[in-house]
Amino acid sequence: MSRMNGADAVLRSLEAEGVEVVFGIPGGAILPLYDAFARGTTVRHVLARHEQGAGHMAEGYARASGRVGVAVATSGPGATNLVTPIADAWMDSTPLVCITGQVRSQLIGTDAFQECDIVGVTIPIVKHSWLVQDVRDIPHVLKAAFHVARTGRCGPVLVDIPRDVQEAELDFAYPAEPDLPGWRPPRRAHPRQLAAAAEAIAAAERPVLYVGGGVLNANASAQLLELAETARAPVVTTLMAKGAFPETHELFFGWPGMHGPKWSNWAMNKCDLLVAAGARFDDRVTGKLSAFAQGATVIHLDIDSAEIGKLRAADIPVVGPLDEVLGGIAAELAKRGSAPRTDAWLAQLADWREEFPLRYDQTGDLLKPQTVLETLRDMTAGRDDIVWTTGVGQHQMWAMQYLVCEHPRTFITSGGLGTMGYGLPAAIGAKAARPDATVVCVDGDGCFQMTCQELATATLEDLPIVVCLINNGYLGMVQQWQNLFFDDRLSHVQLTHQVPDYAALAEAYGAAGFTVSSEEELEPALAEALSLGRTAVVDCRVDPREQCFPMIPAGAAALDLIEYSGDAAASAAGRGAEGKGVAR
Amino acid sequence: MRHTISALLENKPGALLRIVSMFARRGYNIDSLAVGTTERHDVSRVTLRVDCEQHPLEQIEKQMHKLVNVLRVAELVPGESIERELALIKVAAPPERRAELLALSDVFHARVADVGPEALVFEIAGTPEEIDSFEELVRPHGVKELVRTGRIGLTRASDRKGIKRRQHVLR
Repeated sequence: MSRMNGADAVLRSLEAEGVEVVFGIPGGAILPLYDAFARGTTVRHVLARHEQGAGHMAEGYARASGRVGVAVATSGPGATNLVTPIADAWMDSTPLVCITGQVRSQLIGTDAFQECDIVGVTIPIVKHSWLVQDVRDIPHVLKAAFHVARTGRCGPVLVDIPRDVQEAELDFAYPAEPDLPGWRPPRRAHPRQLAAAAEAIAAAERPVLYVGGGVLNANASAQLLELAETARAPVVTTLMAKGAFPETHELFFGWPGMHGPKWSNWAMNKCDLLVAAGARFDDRVTGKLSAFAQGATVIHLDIDSAEIGKLRAADIPVVGPLDEVLGGIAAELAKRGSAPRTDAWLAQLADWREEFPLRYDQTGDLLKPQTVLETLRDMTAGRDDIVWTTGVGQHQMWAMQYLVCEHPRTFITSGGLGTMGYGLPAAIGAKAARPDATVVCVDGDGCFQMTCQELATATLEDLPIVVCLINNGYLGMVQQWQNLFFDDRLSHVQLTHQVPDYAALAEAYGAAGFTVSSEEELEPALAEALSLGRTAVVDCRVDPREQCFPMIPAGAAALDLIEYSGDAAASAAGRGAEGKGVAR
Repeated sequence: MRHTISALLENKPGALLRIVSMFARRGYNIDSLAVGTTERHDVSRVTLRVDCEQHPLEQIEKQMHKLVNVLRVAELVPGESIERELALIKVAAPPERRAELLALSDVFHARVADVGPEALVFEIAGTPEEIDSFEELVRPHGVKELVRTGRIGLTRASDRKGIKRRQHVLR
């Protein structure tokens, strides 16, 4: 036990938790903590350029490493700038500890300079939060904060520490166990439920494993593979779970939902047994819920019992840690030793995949965004040192469709909240987690401009990343919706290809910049960017008319998807052209 | 369908706020809410009356259970629990009507908490249904003001299990 101030106690607590790196920006109310950084710690601090960036970096770090991400900000605007990453982490169950400074205790409630009730602001989007009122609580609160963030269903927590509490002194001792009488996440699954699930899977002729991000959070990819192979059951992974199952595996059948391939959605909707594993029947996956997977028996596996029956009733619910649950079901199946009956179903799915491949218009002079993704895919094939991040929009959906991920935690994206601007800072965080990896952010031009100031963080903190910019000069997904659902009336979606000059902007930040506007230029530029070992932005100027297909319109049944259909799709994309062009 | 939920919370700042915020965010309706101390100084009990179908009730209980400050959540099942409420009712009571009102209050074991020249304040504790009845009967006399605490409840003394623990591991 040693005497120190609250700020030092925060750092000693982070060290005790094994925290390697935090992402943040200093300010008035958090100055004592930054003074403690200056006095020395083993924790690396990465200085972001905006607290939102710091938060997304912490998320990217958490997603890539499987550890808790930590973001630090000052009171007031610093703290409110963290709200978007906190909400993002909440929706995607990313373990995150946010530490914010607060005005001095005696000023709380007086509308003091840079005062904001950040605990109150974030209550709906955190698992829990603490306003530390007594310096002696700091070690206990941080112990509890890390424990809550990473146990049960992962998610964000917030610790708000007034400046005077950071300055006050305490005798520091880090507790071995958290004191959380009300926090008892499930630790084991019920054996009877595991057996029931195994029995249903063994009996199924058309099962599908519908795998969500929970499998990644549980580090349960090995158990998933074991279950899929034992049951010979096809696997579809949601956007959040891309990479949880090797995508070149014979049992892998794509990604469900709004922009999933037809064969993936058919697999989900024509199965007789749907095994949801760490997935939550999100509307972007199911489309019209009442029409989703009609008639299928549902097994729902989740660490969070509140997800079970929230949207779709489960015939066989199993609550527990997914590594144990998936492994347990696989073991039960193996024990039974009955031969899987899925051969005809797997053949059917393979036929559908043959019959309905992803297609796009490959004519014309303009570079196609899908070509960029295919090129990236081919250039990185077989490499296990690539981590992808994305922003949100068309480019994200193309990245899902065309990139191939063989390993867990190699595809990092904003799913539930759909946070534009996530990709670049998340890539920086992922690089901090995986210094050995080449981290590639596939970004849109709209997304990039929301957080591109973090290029400075990437170059100055020696966290080099490669940004592959799918620059179509538009807020592309919004444009697509205006084309399809608002009679081609484009409203405030044009950004232009040229402003800013992305390559010049990259160079201004000390990064390498490339501009690509033809297929010939593409591969050399990407090859150079990937091999430089420093931050690079490859501005790929692509066809602004290209749309992302297939697409299930919001609220429509998953089987009523809009497909790319040659001329029909082209006319849908042709703004203002004849034909209102909803290519159904 | 209405249900009464009884929850034990850590007596910590914001514990009640987290419950109320969760209800608001998820669109659950609260009919009444009563919160107070328990036999343990560090634990509070909140009794919530909610309007929902059976399906959301399960959701509500599970979502409450996820809150870090919530120690235990259970439904107070009618027949297996006792529920009480307190009301203060200020009724217009000109001298010629008082006798009738007092006779009425006698039947319901309501006390006269205060007397004024033109009004009486009744204090009545009982089951929410008894209070409903009393309120109904005095209403024609002119209710000037009324306040109810919202119901509180406990499982019956004959229920040896105490509050039925819900483990939320669906079986």
